[in-house]
Amino acid sequence: MLKLDRKLIRDLIQLRGQAAAIGLVITAGVATFVMSMCAYRSLEATRQSFYDEYLFADVFSTTVRTPDAIIPRLKEIPGVAAVDTRLVYDVLLDVPEMSEPATARLISIPDSGQSRLNQVYIARGRMLDPLRTGEVVVSEVFADAHGFVPGDQVRAIINGKVQELSIVGIALSPEYVIQVQPGTILPDDKRFGIFWVSENDLEAAFDMAGAFNSVSLRLAYGNHVATTVDVLDRLLIPYGSVGGHTRDEQISHQYLSDELAQLRGMAIWAPAIFLGVAAFLLNIAISRIITQQREQIAALKAFGYSNFDIGAHYFNLVLIISMIGTTLGIGIGFLLGDAMVGAYDAFYKFPSLEFRPDWLSVAVAFLLTTLTSLIGTYLAVRSAVLLPPAEAMRPEPPPSYRPSLIERLLPPRSLSPEVRMVIRNITRRPIKASLSVVGISMAVAVMIVGNFSLDAMNYMMDFQFRLAQRQDLTVTFVEPATESVMYEVQNLDGVLASETMRSIPTRIRFQNRSRRVGVMGVEPDASLFRLLDADEKTVRVPDFGIMLNTKLAEILGVRIGDLVIVEVLEDKRPTLTIEVAALVEEYSGVNAYMNKQRLHEALQESNVASGAFLKVDANRIETVFAELQRRPGVGSVSIKDAAMKSFEKTVAENIMVMRSFIVVFAGVIAIGVVYNTARISLSERSRDLATMRVVGFTNGEVSIVLLGEIAAFTIAAIPLGWMIGYALAGLMTAGLDTDNYRIPLVIERGTFVMAAFVVIAATTVSAWVVQRRVTELDLIGVLKTRE
Amino acid sequence: MPMSTQTTVFRTVDLTKTYQMGEVQVRALRGVNLELIEGEFVVLLGASGSGKSTLLNILGGLDTPTSGKVLYLDTDLTASDDAELTRYRRDHVGFVFQFYNLIPSLTAKENIELITEIAVSPLDSMDALEIVGLRERANHFPAQLSGGEQQRVAIARAIAKNPKVLLCDEPTGALDVHTGIVVLEAIARINRELGTTTAVITHNASIANMADRVIALSDGQIASVTDNPSKVTARDLQW
Ligand SMILES: Nc1ncnc2c1ncn2[C@@H]1O[C@H](COP(=O)(O)OP(=O)(O)OP(=O)(O)O)[C@@H](O)[C@H]1O
Ligand SMILES: [Mg+2]
Repeated sequence: MLKLDRKLIRDLIQLRGQAAAIGLVITAGVATFVMSMCAYRSLEATRQSFYDEYLFADVFSTTVRTPDAIIPRLKEIPGVAAVDTRLVYDVLLDVPEMSEPATARLISIPDSGQSRLNQVYIARGRMLDPLRTGEVVVSEVFADAHGFVPGDQVRAIINGKVQELSIVGIALSPEYVIQVQPGTILPDDKRFGIFWVSENDLEAAFDMAGAFNSVSLRLAYGNHVATTVDVLDRLLIPYGSVGGHTRDEQISHQYLSDELAQLRGMAIWAPAIFLGVAAFLLNIAISRIITQQREQIAALKAFGYSNFDIGAHYFNLVLIISMIGTTLGIGIGFLLGDAMVGAYDAFYKFPSLEFRPDWLSVAVAFLLTTLTSLIGTYLAVRSAVLLPPAEAMRPEPPPSYRPSLIERLLPPRSLSPEVRMVIRNITRRPIKASLSVVGISMAVAVMIVGNFSLDAMNYMMDFQFRLAQRQDLTVTFVEPATESVMYEVQNLDGVLASETMRSIPTRIRFQNRSRRVGVMGVEPDASLFRLLDADEKTVRVPDFGIMLNTKLAEILGVRIGDLVIVEVLEDKRPTLTIEVAALVEEYSGVNAYMNKQRLHEALQESNVASGAFLKVDANRIETVFAELQRRPGVGSVSIKDAAMKSFEKTVAENIMVMRSFIVVFAGVIAIGVVYNTARISLSERSRDLATMRVVGFTNGEVSIVLLGEIAAFTIAAIPLGWMIGYALAGLMTAGLDTDNYRIPLVIERGTFVMAAFVVIAATTVSAWVVQRRVTELDLIGVLKTRE
Repeated sequence: MPMSTQTTVFRTVDLTKTYQMGEVQVRALRGVNLELIEGEFVVLLGASGSGKSTLLNILGGLDTPTSGKVLYLDTDLTASDDAELTRYRRDHVGFVFQFYNLIPSLTAKENIELITEIAVSPLDSMDALEIVGLRERANHFPAQLSGGEQQRVAIARAIAKNPKVLLCDEPTGALDVHTGIVVLEAIARINRELGTTTAVITHNASIANMADRVIALSDGQIASVTDNPSKVTARDLQW
C-alpha cells in the first residue's frame, strides 16, 4: 500500500466518530431512497403484470339494464380490443358471528368459466362451476378476515331473499387489488367482500336474463380513452348509465397509483434532505482536516506530490466515507424495501408480490452520493490543492476575533469570559454557524414531517366522524324510499333521531371541466349529518344553490357565485343550471350537496329518500341493525363506530412503523450534525481549552466554552426546524392531495414538543460524548506542539 | 578546487520578490544575484525578515519570484509551470523545515517511504534512518519522538530521495544546542558523503563555521559572501 494511502486510512481511523456520524446520515438517505425505489418497482411491475395477464379493463361503465343486443355495437367502438359485460350487485351478507353489516359485491361469471376481462385468479380451491347453482368464489381478504375456506357456507340476502352460497374458491382480481367499498375511505376487509357467482344464478335472482348492468372495455394499445368513454356513454345512457370512467377513477387502481406516487415522492425528498445534511457535514469535517493538515500538505507538495495527488487524497477520504455509507444504505434499503413489500402484501392483493431490487436506483444512489460528497467538499479540497506551499510553511495567522454586536449592546462585564468566547466563536464564522443551525433544524423538521401524518389522520377522524357526521348508523335503500318506509325506519325502537337524504348520480360541468359526482340532498337544519367549513363551523344549507366540497370546487375551478351545469344521470335525466352557494370542507371524496326539498323539486319527484342517518340508543345498536337488515328495501347499513375502529387500526399500524424509522433517522441527523460540530469545535479549540485548564479554569468552565455553542445552535435550530417541518408537511399534503382523500395540514403541539425533545436528547448524548474528551485533554501535549 | 571543473547548480539573476499586502508592498528580495556550486555547503545568514526563507523557497521551486531569473543547472525555473516545478521538487530537491512537518499519522519509516515512493533513485529508508542514527526508532510515530529526533527523521526523509540539493530552513531553530549539533552533523555528513549541494538557513552565526561559503542577506539583498577555507565540524562549533 502506498504510504499516502496508509495516511488516509489512519486519518480515517482518527476520524472514525465523525466519519460514522456522517456515513450514517448518508446511509439513512440512501436507505430511504433505495427502499422507496425498490418498493416502487416491485409494486409497479407486479401491478403491470397482473393487469396484463388478467386483462384489467381500461374503461368501466355501469347501467341499470342493458340488453345483450347492444354488445356488437360495443365491440364496434373504435379502438376497443375486448368487451366484457356482466352483472354486478351489492348485497348484504348475513354472517352469524358479525353484529356489524357486511356487504358483498356479486359479480357474474359467464358459462365459459372465466370473465373475458378483469379475470379471476384462483388462489385456493377452484373456480365455480357456472352450470351449478349456489357456488361462490370469495375474495381472499374477505375470506381471510372471516376465516372462510372452500367448503364453507355463507348466507347472502339477494334481492330480499336469503340465499345459501357454498364457497368453492378463494380468489384475487386486478380490479380489486385493494377492496374499498365505494363511499368509504379505507379498505375494510371484514365488511366488504367480492363474490363471484354464476351468471345464471344472478340472472335468475335479479331477473336479468339477456341483459347486463356492467361493461368493461379493454383498448388496443395507444387509443385515446377519453373519446372511448364519450362514445360508450352515448350508447349506454338510454339504459341508465351514470357515465363511464377510466382507470383513473377506478378505486383499486387509484389507491395503487396514489401509493406509487407517494413512494416516488419519498424517493425525492428524503435523499434531498439527508444528502444535503451529509454534504454540509462532509464540508465542515474536511475543511477542518485540511486546516489541521496545512503544514502536512505543504511538506507533501515540497517533496513533489502534485496538486492532483493532494486533491485525490482528500477526495478519496470523502469518497470512502460516502461509499461505506452508501453501501450500508443500499443494504438497509433492500431490507426495508423487502419489509415494505411484505407490508404491502397484506394490503394489496396480487397473485404474488415479490420484492424486486431496483438496480438502477443502486447506481443512482452511488452517483448521487458521490456527486453530493464531491460538491459538498469541492471548495475545501480546492483550497488544499491551491494552497501555495511556501505560504503553508508559515504558521497560520491567529484567527481574527472581534467583539460581537451582542456584546457591544450589553453593558460591559455583564458576560463571563466563557460566554464571551462562545459568542465570539459563533459570530466569527456566521455561515458555518448558520449551516449548523440549519442542519440541526433538519432533524427537527424530519421529526415533524414523520409524525404529522398521524396528527392529520386523528384530526380527519375527529372532523369527519365526530364533528360532521354524528349519526350512529347510515342506511341506504335499494330504491328511493317513500315517506312510509322512512317513517317506519325512523320509528324503530331505539332510534333517537334521524335525518333522511336523497342521493343522485350526476355529472357536474363548469366551462370545459366536468366530474362525475353524487349530489346529496340534505335536510337544512341537520344535527346528525352536518356540513362544516375548514374552521369546523356549520355551513347552513342554503335554500337555493348547490354546495361543493373544496376539492370538487378546485377540480372544476369554480368559486362561490359561479353557475355550474348539473346533468342528472338518473330517471328523467334533467340538466340543471345551479349557482354555487357555498363551499364545505371534507377530507375524503368529491361531493356536492343541495337542500333536499329543492332537489326533489328539480327532479320533479315526491319526498323520497335514498338513505337515512340514524342516532341510536347505544344499547340498541345491534337490535336496530338486525331489524334493518331484515327489511327488503334496505341496501346497506353501516355502523360508524365499526368503520372508525377499522380505519384507525389500519392507519395506526402503518403509521407507527413509519414513525419509528423517522425517529431513528431524525436522531441520526441530529447526532450527525451535533457530534460533528462539537467534535470540530473541540479540535479547533483544544489548545485554547487546554490553556484555560492550565491557567486554572475548571473542567466545567471549559466545557461551557465548548458546549455553549452547541446549546446555542440547538436552541436556535428548534424554532427553525418547526417552521421547516411545517413547510415540508405543507408540501407533503399538497403531494398527497387526491380525489380519495386529502390530508389537512394539522400538526399537534405534542408533535412539536416531541420533535424538540428528540433533538435535544440527541444533542445531549453527542455533547456528553464530546464533553468527556475535555477531561482527557492532554494539557502538556497540547501546549508542547505547534498546532 | 579549480573553478573550471565546478558545475553551477543554481544561478539567480536580479531576483526580486514583492508581496502586496493591501496598500503596502513588502519587498522581500530586492535583486539577488547568486551562484551555488555543486557539492558545496552554504550557510545563509541574516536578520529576521531579511528574505532568507523567501530565497530558499524560490530556489526550491516552492515559490516564484516577482522578477529575475533562477537557473537550476540548465533549467530556467522561472519559466516553469506548476507541473514542472512539482516534477523538479520531486526529482531534485530535499527540504528540511524548521518545524519538521512530519506526517503525524505515519511512522518515521513510513514518513520516509512516503517520499521515496515517488523518487527516481531513492536510498533505502532504513539506510536513511541509519545515517541520522535513528534506525531503531523506525516504527515510532512523530508524537513518540523528541523534537530533535523528529528533525533527524525530517533530514532522513529529505536525503532518502537522494536529492541533488538539500535546502534546510532553520533546521535547528526549535532545538537545544546539543540536539542542534547532532542534526547539523547529520546534514554535514550527507553533504560530505553524498556530495549533495546543501544550503542551510540559520540565525546562529557560529554555524557558519561549518560552511564552505557564508552568504549574508540584509534587507532583501546580499550583503556579503564569505569563503570559509577552514571548515569545522558541528561538534567543534562555538555556540
Ligand atoms: N506571504 C507573505 N506575504 C507577505 N509578506 C511576506 C510573505 N512572506 C514573507 N513576507 C515578508 O517578506 C519578508 C521576508 O520574509 P522571509 O520569510 O523571507 O524572512 P526570513 O529572513 O526568513 O525571516 P526569519 O528569519 O524571521 O524567518 C518579511 O518582511 C516578511 O514579512
Ligand atoms: Mg525564515
